[in-house]
Formats: sequence, C-alpha cells, structure tokens
Amino acid sequence: MAYSDKVIDHYQNPKNVGTLDKEKKSVGTGLVGAPECGDVMRLQIEVDEQSGVIKDAKFKTFGCGSAIASSSLATEWLKGKSVDQALAIDNMDIVEELNLPPVKIHCSVLAEDAIKAAINDYRVKNGLESLELEEKKH
Amino acid sequence: MSENSVLYVPLYNNPLISINSNMSVKLPIYMDNNATTPCDPRVVETMVPYFTEKFGNAASRSHPFGWVAEEAVDYAREQVAKLINANPKEIIFTSGATEADNLALKGAFEMYASKGNHIITCTTEHKAVLDTCKHIEKLGGEVTYLPVGADGLIDLKQLEEAITDKTIVVSIMYGNNEIGVIQPIRQISEICKKYGVLLFTDATQAVGKIPVDVMADGIDMMAFSAHKMYGPKGVGALYVRRKNPRVKVTAQMDGGGHERGMRSGTMNVPGIVGFGKACELCMNEMDEEAARLSVMRDRLEQGLLELEEAYVNGSVEHRLPHVCNVSFKYVEGEGLMMGFNKNIALSSGSACTSASLEPSYVLKALGLGDDLAHSSLRFGLGRFTTDEQIDYTIEAIKDTVIKLREMSPLWEMFKDGIDLDTIEWAHH
Repeated sequence: MAYSDKVIDHYQNPKNVGTLDKEKKSVGTGLVGAPECGDVMRLQIEVDEQSGVIKDAKFKTFGCGSAIASSSLATEWLKGKSVDQALAIDNMDIVEELNLPPVKIHCSVLAEDAIKAAINDYRVKNGLESLELEEKKH
Repeated sequence: MSENSVLYVPLYNNPLISINSNMSVKLPIYMDNNATTPCDPRVVETMVPYFTEKFGNAASRSHPFGWVAEEAVDYAREQVAKLINANPKEIIFTSGATEADNLALKGAFEMYASKGNHIITCTTEHKAVLDTCKHIEKLGGEVTYLPVGADGLIDLKQLEEAITDKTIVVSIMYGNNEIGVIQPIRQISEICKKYGVLLFTDATQAVGKIPVDVMADGIDMMAFSAHKMYGPKGVGALYVRRKNPRVKVTAQMDGGGHERGMRSGTMNVPGIVGFGKACELCMNEMDEEAARLSVMRDRLEQGLLELEEAYVNGSVEHRLPHVCNVSFKYVEGEGLMMGFNKNIALSSGSACTSASLEPSYVLKALGLGDDLAHSSLRFGLGRFTTDEQIDYTIEAIKDTVIKLREMSPLWEMFKDGIDLDTIEWAHH
C-alpha cells in the first residue's frame, strides 16, 4: 500500500513527540488503543490557565505510519486552540488532510478519541464533569 | 527526540544515499525469499527455447514438435525426482504448491473414502493446507489441528494420540514459511507407518534449501514449488509414492488425463524445464549455499539481537538455514517496515488494516501475545543475498527500531517500569 506524502512526512518528521508532566493540573492525558490491536496513542495537552488556550501538545504512538501521522497532525492542530475548539476536531478532517485510505480510517478515529480523552482528563482534574462522548466505529 | 534520530529514517528510503560511504549497496535489497525467489539466470536461459522454436505440446505424440517437448518434460521430471530421491514416475507436475496441496488432500480424501474421513494437520500450516482442510470438513471430513509448542514443533505424542482407525492422512509441513521451523518428519513418518496412515508434507520452503529425501524421510506425498527455489512461478509438483505403499489420489481437474490421469491440462513445458534446471542447480549447490546463508542469517540475527527486547520466534535449533523471524517489542511491525520498506523488502507479522487487525496466526500459535506478533519481521535470505546487504539491513532496522521506540508510549512505560498488563486498555 502506498502512503500519501503527508503521512510519510509526519512519519519521517513527527511533530511534537514527547511527554508532558501528567501530574500537573493544567495537563490532560489521553491514552487510547491497545497493544493487542496494534496501535496505542498517548496524547497530552497543556492548557493555559488564564486564556483556556492549549499552549502545548505532545504525543507518543505505537502503531503503523498512519497512526503516527494522525497523532502527529492532531498535536499540530491542537496547539493554539481553545478546549472547546479542540473538541470540534473530527476524525474525517484528519482523513482528508492525510489522504488516509479506507483501511486506515480507524487510525484517525483513534486520534479523535485521544484528543477527547485528553480533554476529559483535563476537565476532571479541574473540577468539571467528564463529557459523554459518542462512540465512533473503529 | 534528538535531531539526529528524526533525520535518520528518511535516509533509508532514499536510494541515492548509502549509509556508509565505504559501503556500496544496490537498493532496494530483497530479503523476502520465502515469498518468492528470483529466477536464476541459468534457469531462464534453459527455458527460453521452449517458448519459441521448441514450443510443442508435450502431449502431441505424432510429430517432432511434440516429441521434443515431451523429451524436455521427461528430462525435467528426472531432475526434479533426483533432488528428492524419487522415481520420475512419482512426480506429478502442477501449477504450484497450492494446487499440489489441494490435489494431495482432496484427492486422498476422495480416493480413500472407504477407509476413513479423518485428516490430521497442525495450526501453523500454510493457508493452502488449512483452507483445503476447511473445505474437506464441509464435505464431511474430520480434521484434527494439532497445536505447536513455543518452538513451533508439534508434539509427537499428541500426534500419535490423535490417530484413529478413520485417519487417512497426516499432513505436516516440512519447514514453516514464517519462522522456518523444521518438523521432525522422519519421526512423524515412523508414527504414520505404525498405524498405516499416509504422510503428506508441504515441503515448499524446504526442497532445494536442505536435503529432502522421500525415501529416507518416509514421505508418501509431498508438495513443492519452483518459484521458491530460483525457478519460475506457476509450476510445482506433487510427489506421489508408487511403492510401499502405492498411493493414489483422485484427480481434481478433469480433462485429457495428463500426468497418469492425476492432473489434466497441457503441460507448462517452459516452466517445467525451468523447474528441472532449478532442481539440478539446488542439487549441486544446496550444501554450500545452506552453509553460506546460515552464517549470514546468524550474523543478521546477532546484529538485531543487540537491541534490547528483541526476540527470535520459533526453534533456533530446528530451523531452515535462510530464515529468521524476530519480534521487536514495543514497536509495531507495519510502522517499523515503513522506515525502510522502499529499500529493504521484508514481511511483517502485523497487518494493520480495519479489515484485518489479526496478527500472524503462526506466531499466535507459538503462544506469542498479539503485541509481540504485531512487532515481528520475517527475513528470508537467498542465493543472491550479500554480506553488504546484511550489514545495511542490520543498521537500517536497528536505527528505525530505536527511533520508533522513542516515539512509543509502550516503550516509555516499559522503561518507567510499568507492567503493561496492569493497564486497562481501551480495546477497539
């Protein structure tokens, strides 16, 4: 299967690989997927307390090139967005941007799940209720 | 992540750059010889006249064109038979090993229906055997799928216990295509003989690579293929024993009654000629080649095992000389291959698609967890593999594994001493 140039670029030059201090109140961590399924994503956001804007985002992913690219792209998009804006990121935006073939759509779904899981972790840490999220088909 | 490692991976996908200026390696490197081998130029040379001036139909008995073709097929049949110590009359040419597997199992199931309906095989067989067995089950056959141990070998005691008075065939492969593990065929044969059961073996990966002797090994039927031994694609053979016991299979293709009635269809003369030549070359060069490849294979393996958390899958002792299968824990196989797959041709035990998230069934049969099975690479060395290719492969894979582990949350958890089994994963 041929990968799109954008997937290859993210794979070769991943953006925002790394780890934020998950103990910090301003950091939200989302860990989704399972090793048995062949992909695990950990996505973290750090929210500026004054403005409510995501000032940093990091990821680490175990998975195929499309999974790595989806999470790398997600961290790029998250930076500078408010938490509410971040919630609006849809997996199909990722599919479109990376030209993912149908068999790799689940990688984008995982990235969306990771974003939402990170936001929920942040919300719970800051005394807000966890958002009920619709289940997307993987 | 350091600047260095970020820059590293593209290197291996750029054919213009070699990793070491002293080392010149022509890219891409072929390291997938279990999938198919290139045709040896000496084989191609032998085949060419049979497309053009010697184009006759081997079944045309009434003119020289047919005689020439028939003579060529007869000669090839001798070359093929000699490699496995069979009689030329025991060789049935087919379109490949898959057809030979089908013919052996379905043909025996039909032929020996009055004796019984039970077949014994094992879980790590090639799909051509497993799916044929599934088909036979639909026809009313009974199939026992023996498990294998962590080393990939079947348990002979379990085999013996599985034999019933309805058992007609034991079908156990000679050497495994994914892990290279060699089953104890001679001991299996002794058990089969004790109970009067036929032994069929898919020896596609073994013939031409290690000595396979149907007499000494006590094999009753055997499937093998030209394109795994430097011959052309689209031609293979089924060995069917004629004496002690005389074995028969019911034809699965009806027609002109070629191949002693067991396989109708016009002979693939150029293919068969090439198959014969390939067998002759293997006969002459196999010992030297196996010794050379096992040294290279071991060096490759040792180089890769310098990485932490890298494991060889299957028995190291009972293994084909040109194969190794290694899991690199905490990196995913398909992602790993993407780091170098433009330059190194390999197979992975992982298929990350929504249609099939299932990792290799062979590795799972060894008891590997899905995570390790997803992290595996299969190396198949071959006649044209060079030391420089091995050096390049070791470096490219090690660097890619290191880079991907820096990106892997599982690797980070492992390094932090977190037991991954204690985490509640969101299965999807």
